[in-house]
Amino acid sequence: MWEALITAFPTLSLLAWSPPGWGANLMRGLANSIQIALGAYAVGLIIGTAGAFGKLHGGPVTRDLLAVYTTVVRAVPELVLILILYFAVTDLVNQAMVAFGYARIQISGVAAGIAVLGVVQGAYATEVIRGAILAVPAGQLEAARAMGMPPMRTAWRITLPLMLSNAIPGLANLWLIATKDTALLAIVGFAELTLQTRQAASSTKAFLTFFLAAGALYLLITLVSTLIFAIIERWARRGQRPST
Amino acid sequence: MTNFWHPHRIVMAAIAIAIILACALLLRWDWLPKYLPLIGQGIWRTLWLLAVTATLGFLIAIPLGLAQAAGPWYLAAPARIFCTVIRGTPLLLQLWLLYYGLGSLFPQFPAIRESDLWPYLRQAWPYAVVALTLSFAGYEGEVMRGAFKGVPGGQLEAARAMGMPRTTILRRIWLPLAIQRALPTLGGETVLQLKATPLVATITVVDIYAVASRVRQDTFIVYEPLLLLAVVYMVITGLIVLAFRWLENRIPSRVA
Repeated sequence: MWEALITAFPTLSLLAWSPPGWGANLMRGLANSIQIALGAYAVGLIIGTAGAFGKLHGGPVTRDLLAVYTTVVRAVPELVLILILYFAVTDLVNQAMVAFGYARIQISGVAAGIAVLGVVQGAYATEVIRGAILAVPAGQLEAARAMGMPPMRTAWRITLPLMLSNAIPGLANLWLIATKDTALLAIVGFAELTLQTRQAASSTKAFLTFFLAAGALYLLITLVSTLIFAIIERWARRGQRPST
Repeated sequence: MTNFWHPHRIVMAAIAIAIILACALLLRWDWLPKYLPLIGQGIWRTLWLLAVTATLGFLIAIPLGLAQAAGPWYLAAPARIFCTVIRGTPLLLQLWLLYYGLGSLFPQFPAIRESDLWPYLRQAWPYAVVALTLSFAGYEGEVMRGAFKGVPGGQLEAARAMGMPRTTILRRIWLPLAIQRALPTLGGETVLQLKATPLVATITVVDIYAVASRVRQDTFIVYEPLLLLAVVYMVITGLIVLAFRWLENRIPSRVA
C-alpha cells in the first residue's frame, strides 16, 4: 500500500525523516511554531488578565491608555506590528546594551517572536477577558464584598473561576489565531513550520507535496486543540446547571 | 462631548500631539514626495483587493452557511470540511500553496498554457484574489451558519404559511434577517480581512505594504515607512468601522 503510494507520487518519499527526506526539518519547524505559540499565548494571557482588570477597575489614565493599546494593535496588521516591534525591540535592546558598555547582541528569533506575538495576543485577550468578567453575576461579587473579602482574593477566588467558563470560547479562538500567526514570523526569517516548508519546497521543487503536508500539520494542531479546549470548557463549567 | 474632555484627556492629547510633531519634525520624510505615486497605487491596490475578495468571499459564504445550517448532509459535510480546513491552516500557507504549488503545476499542462486564461495565470494577483476570497468565504461561512440558524423560526413559518416559494423566502426573509444578525461580526471580519491583505506582498503583488518594504530597501530608512503603513491601515480600519456602523444604523430594529 505504502509502496504503491510512493510509486504513484514519488515526491512523497521527500517527506521521509532522514535526508534526502525533509521530515526532520518540518518537525523541527513544527516544534518551533508550537513553542512560540505557547509562549505568545502565555504572555498574551498575562497581559490580557492585567489589561482586563485595568480596563474595569483602573484609574481614568490607565483605562484610556489601555483603550489606545487595544485599538491600535487590533487595527494594524500583525505583519506590520511584527516588523515594527521586531526592529524597534532589537534596536532598543542594542542601544541599551551599548549605553551600558556591553557588546551588541543578536536577539533570538524565539524571544522576539514570543514578545511580538504576545503583545498582539494581549490586546485581543484583554477584550475577551473583559467581556467574560462583565458577564460574572454581580450578586456573586457583592456577596464576596459583603463577606469582607479583600479585592485580590475576590479576583482570585470568585471573579477568575467564574469568568473562565465565559472566556474559554474566546480564548480557544485566540489560541488558534496564535498558532496560525506564528506563520507570519516566516517573513522576518524565523525558521518555523511555514518557512521550513518553503525552503524544503523550493530546494526540491515539490511545492504541492510540502505545502499540503504543512497544511495537514497545522490542521492537526487545530483539531487537537479544539478537542483539548472542549475538555477544558467542560471542566470550567463543572457545577453549572446545564442550560436548556 | 462635554464628558470627553476630562483634564487627564487634555494632557494625554497634548502628549499625543507632541509625539506626532516629534515624529513629523525629527524623523526623515524627504523620501515621501518621490514615492507618493507608488504609495497611491499601493493604497488603491490594497483597497481593491479588500473590496473584491470580501464581496466574492461573502457571496460564496452564503451557500456555505446555508448548506451547514439547513442543507442535507451531502452538502453540509463538504461545507463544514471546507470551513474547517480554511480556518485551521494559516493564510500565508494557503497563499503559497496556490501560488508556488499550483503555479508550478500549471505550466506542465500544454492545454492550460495555450488557453486564454494563461496570461492571467502567469501573474501573481489572481492567486492572491483566489486565496483571500477562499479564506474570507471559509470564515464567513461559519458566521453565516450561525446567523441563518439564529433567525427566529416563526418568521420562516409565517412566510411558509403565506405560501411563499422557497427561493423567495430565502431572498426576502431568511437572508436579510441573517445578514442583519451577522452585521456586527461581518464588520470585525472585514477588518481582519484588511489585515490579511499585506500577505500578498510575499507573492510579489505590489500593495501598500510592498511599497513600504521597497522604500525600506531602497533608502535604508526603517521606521518611517512602517509608521506610515500603520497610519494608513488605521485610517482604513476606521473607515470600515464607520461604514458598518452606518449600515447597522440603517437597519430598523425594534429592540433598543
